[in-house]
Amino acid sequence: MASYNTSEFRKGLKVQFDGDPYSMIECNFVKPGKGQALYKCKLRNLLRNTVIDRTYKSGDSIEAADVEEIKAQYLYHQAGTFVFMDNETFEQYELSAEQVDDGWKYLKEGMVCDMMLFNNNPIAMTPPNHVVLKVEYCEPGVKGDTATNVTKPCKVETGAEFLCPAFVDMGDLIKIDTRTGEYIERAKE
Amino acid sequence: MRGEGLGARGEGNPLSGFRPVASWANLRRRAELLRRLRDFFHRHDFLEVETPILSADTVVDRHLDPFHVEFDNRRMWLQTSPEFAMKRLLAAGAKAIYQVTRTLRQGEQGSLHNPEFTMVEWYRAGDGMDEGMQFTSDLCEVMLQCGPAERISYAQAFQEHVGLDPHTADTEVLAAAAKRLGIERPASLSADDRDGWLDLLLVERVRPHLGLKQPVLLYDYPACQATLSRVRPGDPPVAERFELFLSGVELASGYHELLNPAELLKRNERANAQRRADGKTTLPEKSRLIAAMQSGLPAAVGVALGFDRLVMLAVGAKSLAQVMAFPFDRA
Repeated sequence: MASYNTSEFRKGLKVQFDGDPYSMIECNFVKPGKGQALYKCKLRNLLRNTVIDRTYKSGDSIEAADVEEIKAQYLYHQAGTFVFMDNETFEQYELSAEQVDDGWKYLKEGMVCDMMLFNNNPIAMTPPNHVVLKVEYCEPGVKGDTATNVTKPCKVETGAEFLCPAFVDMGDLIKIDTRTGEYIERAKE
Repeated sequence: MRGEGLGARGEGNPLSGFRPVASWANLRRRAELLRRLRDFFHRHDFLEVETPILSADTVVDRHLDPFHVEFDNRRMWLQTSPEFAMKRLLAAGAKAIYQVTRTLRQGEQGSLHNPEFTMVEWYRAGDGMDEGMQFTSDLCEVMLQCGPAERISYAQAFQEHVGLDPHTADTEVLAAAAKRLGIERPASLSADDRDGWLDLLLVERVRPHLGLKQPVLLYDYPACQATLSRVRPGDPPVAERFELFLSGVELASGYHELLNPAELLKRNERANAQRRADGKTTLPEKSRLIAAMQSGLPAAVGVALGFDRLVMLAVGAKSLAQVMAFPFDRA
């Protein structure tokens, strides 16, 4: 089984403990001038999203995780299952609602997302940073009010709700930052 | 915790970006500090010297890994500190010497470590622990415009922050303290590695508290961590070493120097045995320093100071990269 030595430790490294995949989100090298070098690491469990701390001595190693990141197109949603397709191999992958997490708010048919595979099984997806969604329902827009700090709720085509400025109308297209869930601007296409 | 925490290793494409990482303001400040440092040594009648970076000899230390190169089928070592050569100068009659040099250490990279860094090292014959610590404190005051250093013994610091006596506690007690304090234990830290447990507690629970208001000189280390310092007999015997801390950062390390060549050979042998146990290559135990010590080394204190860290603290930066033109990732 492949493994990583402390000299290879860096942010983003994919490793595994007890069968679960982890991503190294922090790795700090500490060493008293005349003493033992330590690597203080924070690792995120890619299945549960929990974070653990681990300390290593130089020369230690961690088992590598077979984690692959691919581009996959969202196809459809059926009974709590989200179906994606790898555009190169046409292989289809299914994610549960739990695995998709908040991602469902942004998923439109045909959207290309980042997908993470662990031992060739899908474990998580990330939508593009910015997505354009159609407003299906909101209070009528207030003409002339160009202020963006006055907000109101709106419901978009995916069924999710966001906050948008008062001037937005039903049928408008709005651009959302998927990392924060915040409105950015009105979009044309 | 405050410490070497913040930086990340090996980020980004190593071949992108030709520009310096440090700002010009920081690089100017660095040059000013270097001038002030040389001026300080000049005023105290220290002779500036230069010694080889590439040498047939190297410090034998369990935790220092030197780079090496081959020349004419001979293995030559890039110096992890200029200690050996400077002590040879002392044995040859020097009274007070200093140098500003590049030193190199394998595997040390982080926000407070760069594999190649600038070290200021000085020796003054006739000094004992008191004079050595005083001079280090004076230099720190002049360079950083801080107050004089507070002196805290290694034992006091452990008593206060860990609640045990580091000279008498066995590894079981040290391990129990680490557990009680919620310190993440490296799985490979063996139950009988006393130095390893002391280092873990020092890094996790003692060092972050040192030098938050004013610089701290931590002194009288456990005898098992003497390296190249003298051990003062007593109950307990202590290594006559001190380290200077500011804002939890280790800035300088000083020794009341070991003078006995037979003792040095014994310690080299022990360090190599530990290196073998750690799965590391051994380092040459015999050196020209042994010959220098046999001819007679005057009693002296020697101190090494990390110049990059000093500049980092002076400008209020969080990582060495901010005060180096080209840190390792851009070297």
